[in-house]
Amino acid sequence: MTVYIPSALRSYTKQKSEVAVEGQTLAEVLAALDHRYPGLRFRIITEQGTIRQHIRIFVKEEQVRDLSVALQPEDQIHIICALSGG
Amino acid sequence: MPKSRKAPSPQLAAGSVALLIGTRKGAFILRSDRSHRSWKLSAPMFLGHTVHHLMLDPRDRRTMLMATRTGHLGPTVFRSTDFGKTWKEAKTPPAFPKAPEGQNGRVVDHVFWLTPGHPSESGLWYAGTSPQGLFRSNDGGITWQPFSYINDDPQYREWMGTVQDGTPDGPKLHSILIDPRDPAHLYFAMSGGGVHESVDGGRTWTSIVRGLEVVEGFDTATVTFHDPHCVRLCPTDPDRLFQQNHCGIYRMDRSEGRWIRIGKNMPKKVGDIGFPMVLHPRNSDTAWVFPMDGSTVWPRVSPGGKPAAYVTRDGGKTWTRQDKGFPRANAWWTVKRQAMTADAHEPVGLYLGTTSGEVWASRTGGTSWTCLARHLPEIYSVESAEL
Repeated sequence: MTVYIPSALRSYTKQKSEVAVEGQTLAEVLAALDHRYPGLRFRIITEQGTIRQHIRIFVKEEQVRDLSVALQPEDQIHIICALSGG
Repeated sequence: MPKSRKAPSPQLAAGSVALLIGTRKGAFILRSDRSHRSWKLSAPMFLGHTVHHLMLDPRDRRTMLMATRTGHLGPTVFRSTDFGKTWKEAKTPPAFPKAPEGQNGRVVDHVFWLTPGHPSESGLWYAGTSPQGLFRSNDGGITWQPFSYINDDPQYREWMGTVQDGTPDGPKLHSILIDPRDPAHLYFAMSGGGVHESVDGGRTWTSIVRGLEVVEGFDTATVTFHDPHCVRLCPTDPDRLFQQNHCGIYRMDRSEGRWIRIGKNMPKKVGDIGFPMVLHPRNSDTAWVFPMDGSTVWPRVSPGGKPAAYVTRDGGKTWTRQDKGFPRANAWWTVKRQAMTADAHEPVGLYLGTTSGEVWASRTGGTSWTCLARHLPEIYSVESAEL
């Protein structure tokens, strides 16, 4: 499936704005992403396994908060940087 | 308290100086020539990142650590081994342990404070976070682990309070100090949550708050209410500490075991409220503060709009105003706790950064000041490094 990477995280992905990774759940996709781009996951997911305050993740244009959500191979995942002030 | 031993010899520096500047929008390095009269500002590093602290390892004078996050992204530490030319992120930044299922664990919001370890412990660093956490790295900042028991200790957690009990951008663990005579003799402070000492390398800690005042109406016996802003240890007399607290300026001689409010000797119209505390590198009677207005709603700007440092040369018995070169009026400066420092030269060079983005320096121990840079983002920290 395709993960769309915001500009703030492209220093990890060698400036790629979209990345193809495998995973049955959002947690697995994020783990795969972190395996390929070490450090990326911690910038968007806390040590308690929650999505950080100013990060939003959308699957098929629906916002998700639970990393255990099941995914389909054709799903598109958008990681969005949201409203953190000036 | 460790038995009295010989203090380290004074270190006198001779070369040029670099100021490592952390701001709300990135980091900068300001380098001097050998006379410290001419300064050159670097391009911004990590532009747009919130840099709380940037610190050079004095043990190799090459490794730098940067505590940073962005508005969106979580906290991390970057590491350079070529004095800031290239950077690599820590493999495991400071983070609290994952809580058991069904329990709420803490989340590091930002790494606030970095302290290089004892000269005998190459590669060892300490970090303090917001909310309050104490962390250590044994490999030069590449991997970080919670240090000591305090992060999860019920008593310490009570003293730390909640994220609403600290400063406006979160409660902080700061002022991690190491006795230059003994790597196992440590201090740290918390805003809020008091000052704490270990003489056994962090296995046990003792609160040292006797003599400190708290906000009127609260109990001084409750460690939670103590709000040290910046604690420093005299390099050549490690049994002497100075502190700028929410409630005044203090000195502690460890043999006495209590804090003395030396800020009571400041002029009444100026008061003794502020954030930074700066010590002379070789004279344990000399220290500087940068007072701010602590009246009514706590404006915390230069009293009367007239910026001034104050120096004591007798351990806090008397204070002298140092404002030559600063604006004479209408300058409402705030200087944060990490944003004022000294170098190791003779006479001592002093440096401060304001939240309005100006860097000021004195080549003469504060007797006159000049502006080195302006129009920077809000300055969080200024550290001097000998080149």
